[in-house]
Amino acid sequence: MIVADRKSLEEILGMVADNHKILILGCKGCVTVCNVGGLKEVEILTSSLKIARKKAGSPIDIDIQVLERQCDTEYVAELGEAVNDYDSVVSMACGVGPQFLSEMYKTQTFYPAVNTTFFGGATQHGVWEERCAGCGTCGIHMFGGLCPIARCAKSLLHGPCGGSSKGVCEVNAETECIWDAIVKKKMEAGQLADLMGVRGFKDWTTARDGGPRRSIREELVQGNI
Amino acid sequence: MRLSYSADVKIIQVPCTGRVDILHLLNAVEDGADGVYVAGCLEGECHYIEGNLKARRKVIHVKKILAELGIEPERVEMYNLSSAQGARFAEIANEMAERIRALGPTPVKNHTAA
Repeated sequence: MIVADRKSLEEILGMVADNHKILILGCKGCVTVCNVGGLKEVEILTSSLKIARKKAGSPIDIDIQVLERQCDTEYVAELGEAVNDYDSVVSMACGVGPQFLSEMYKTQTFYPAVNTTFFGGATQHGVWEERCAGCGTCGIHMFGGLCPIARCAKSLLHGPCGGSSKGVCEVNAETECIWDAIVKKKMEAGQLADLMGVRGFKDWTTARDGGPRRSIREELVQGNI
Repeated sequence: MRLSYSADVKIIQVPCTGRVDILHLLNAVEDGADGVYVAGCLEGECHYIEGNLKARRKVIHVKKILAELGIEPERVEMYNLSSAQGARFAEIANEMAERIRALGPTPVKNHTAA
């Protein structure tokens, strides 16, 4: 799912420095799963901000609400006009949330409390790793189920680069060289030949490179018929 | 054992320190506590296996938050002792009270309506 990291308290305090009454909005979607923007984290942020503002002698009033998801207008609509009662609103959802909020409530200011980073999953409790770059043309089956677009620093398609050493990427000692893993997996399966051919150029127009994307399910769109 | 320890310590009993949450510690600081400490079982002897280890991780996290906010991280602490160690309990209470006294009152002031 989408993984994000919370911004520093310093940065968030800076955003609401001139505000006296704010709303902090959580989201029960991805940010709850990666423990950065669910109810608990909203409460922790609320307490932290209140402590900081009390200490600075300018207390702040904070209300809390957690939406089912901030990426669906029907849930965002649940907020209603009451959202304008606040000096500003801090959203702990991924980048999609504050934008949907801004689009629906045009006169209110929505601050992002998290930095949205990647699509990934938990490899152990408390640790999330990137697995997908959203390239729009998935071919992990060609690489033994491992994705070199997302997991190779250079997104190479034909094998490891010269910087791959002892199964580790030259960019970061903690990053495994995914090509090392792909080749080992193919060798163990006796399918190394699958990696030998030269592949055609990757079509990057389906990725972010092709501009903002849209996904349509014709059978679901009302008004088509 | 009828040992006396600092009257400044308010005790909140929990079945296991694993029950203590980050929010409990933060709310205490927010509401004006000069210091908070968590006293759990000796490591390796938690009846619920790892509750005291989880509590320690949470205390460390709260220390980090306080440091970020410019509050002394020593105001929050984790201690481990066995429930049979009465004297150690009193010793910890006095030690923490002394530490907080040296640090002074909490910088988090409660304001009356502005």
